[in-house]
Amino acid sequence: MMDDKTVSQKHNRIIEPLTGAGRPFWLTVIPLSLIFFWSFFAFGWQYYWGLGETGMGHPVSWAFYLINFVFFIGISHAGTLISAILRITHAGWRTPITRAAEVVTVFALAAGPTNILFDLGRSIRFYWVALHAQFKSPLLWDFTCIMTYFFTSVLFLYVLMIPDIALLRDKFPKRRWLYEPLSLGWTGTERQERILEKVVAFLCIAVIPIAVSVHTVVSWVFGMQTQPMWHSTIFGPYFVAGAIYSGIATIIVVAAILRRVYHLEHYLQPIHFNNMGILLLTMALLWFYFTLAEYLTTLYGAGTSELAVFWAKIAGKYSIMFWLMVLFCFVIPFPILAIKRSRTIFGTSIASISVLIGMWLERFLIIIPTLTQPRLPYGRGSYAPSWVEWSMMAGLSAGFILAILLFSKFFPVISIWEMEKEMKEKNSMTNLK
Amino acid sequence: MYRWGMVIDLDKCTGCQACVVACRQENNIPFVGEKEAKLGRAKFWMNLVSEVKGSYPNVEMHFLPIPCMHCDKPPCTLVCPVEATYKNPEGIVAQVYPRCIGVRMCISNCPYTVRYFNWHAPSWPKEYEKGLNPDVYTRRKGITEKCNFCIHRIRNAKEKAKKEKRKIRDGEMIPACAETCPSEAIYFGDLDDPKSQVSRISKSRRAFRLLEDLGTEPKVFYLKEGEWDDG
Repeated sequence: MMDDKTVSQKHNRIIEPLTGAGRPFWLTVIPLSLIFFWSFFAFGWQYYWGLGETGMGHPVSWAFYLINFVFFIGISHAGTLISAILRITHAGWRTPITRAAEVVTVFALAAGPTNILFDLGRSIRFYWVALHAQFKSPLLWDFTCIMTYFFTSVLFLYVLMIPDIALLRDKFPKRRWLYEPLSLGWTGTERQERILEKVVAFLCIAVIPIAVSVHTVVSWVFGMQTQPMWHSTIFGPYFVAGAIYSGIATIIVVAAILRRVYHLEHYLQPIHFNNMGILLLTMALLWFYFTLAEYLTTLYGAGTSELAVFWAKIAGKYSIMFWLMVLFCFVIPFPILAIKRSRTIFGTSIASISVLIGMWLERFLIIIPTLTQPRLPYGRGSYAPSWVEWSMMAGLSAGFILAILLFSKFFPVISIWEMEKEMKEKNSMTNLK
Repeated sequence: MYRWGMVIDLDKCTGCQACVVACRQENNIPFVGEKEAKLGRAKFWMNLVSEVKGSYPNVEMHFLPIPCMHCDKPPCTLVCPVEATYKNPEGIVAQVYPRCIGVRMCISNCPYTVRYFNWHAPSWPKEYEKGLNPDVYTRRKGITEKCNFCIHRIRNAKEKAKKEKRKIRDGEMIPACAETCPSEAIYFGDLDDPKSQVSRISKSRRAFRLLEDLGTEPKVFYLKEGEWDDG
């Protein structure tokens, strides 16, 4: 058994980012903070003058905030879900990626529902959703599922970090005030390890149905309404697949950036990106299948109000966005991911960025065209976002990146104890042979 | 128990928009101005839409006054997370302003698009403020509002009838739009009373409702143009 010192020395690369902040760090943090705090001003402006400061109106009464809500909740599926599935299936290559995935989940889940807060006419009364709960409303189901998922994900991330926090507690005496209480007195005894293992196994199993329920219910916010092209049974699985799709893409981008910035080449190897790339490829095919199924059934069903929305998307006002979505969600990523030679770190990153853009467009195309084409033709309208909405979106994204960045300065982005455990297991396997 | 309903005879409607003005006056609906109206923030609890068919000299013009349909199976009340909107025992789909937190899911789930949101704080020209109806709550920014069949008038009528120990007589209680209509195209009354005018003419062969196939069971009936019967 190695002592903590040797372990932390061995994983010097993982711990190094915690020890200091150089120029590049400040050059990233300062502009991001400026954007982040600018959005506070924008929100204050909107809060004071009313939601009329956005581009919303009649009949497009839900817009950017809902798009970003769905988008961020989608990203949040990456993490815990993927991490849990990979754990349950004992995918050996998962170890260096899971922590990053869990972090993305927690912060995306914090960012997503915040949009609802921006969107409310009386934001300060948001807790009334819990206080005056009306169980028939899909929004209440949403609230319940998201909160459950959020707390489970935080727990998941935290529990799996306890041994690492204990390591840091001993390594950084100056930050003892932070690590000491968080480590819960972890010393690595056998009994503690047994408990940890049990808790992780339980959380892994619990988190999968919760994650699936979250995005299903998010889709039901639209699917349970009578509006054309929302009222569709495919929405649940379609949203879940889309969520995992954008989630995996986010993990790949985050992992690629962390690898580059913190010099983690030794841990995050091309094989990891290759495997994640294959997962992303699977989701790309699934996305294509669902999209085709949805649009083809709508076309053949030929409901008058449905077709109005359909043609607005395919060949009308929103056609440019629609075909860009197809380009970014499928045409660009598919060949990159399908060909083994281009499934490199660079290749998968490009594909992932493309997927993220495409999936944001998809969220836009799900929400806006339906609202602009209600059943009764006299109510038709259009929508263009205002500076407030752009600011909030920029601020939210900046906040999301900032949160991950700050996290990486206080906690290791790769699970040290799991890397150790994995290596030990490998060694004992070779010894047996 | 009453079950309030409305019948609008499209043959009698001249498109004068008096109902729209009367409703605005009665229910303290603020003006939003041209700029805001272009962004879709104009509020019409009673809205009048028109349609021009054909070209000169064979032009036809049609009008459709659209209040809230007060569905018997309202999609909007189902989705409100805080129960700020509900169907009251007399069938009116009512909005509880102080409870509303401005989620706007009711707006997006209304197939008739007759729910309106206060995008900004309401304001009136100074001279106009004295003319506000004291019986009606003025709404604040950030909440949803809608036609409520002049529920304050119904309350007054009920109190009066209670004092005299009787039910509200047919035609005694009418909303502002019906009261104003110069061609008497709007009828209002109790649909459950088989002798009331609305319950009789709502069964006319000319009667239809908007988007009946959705199964929302609106309580606002229209009488088709151009086909006369004894209705």
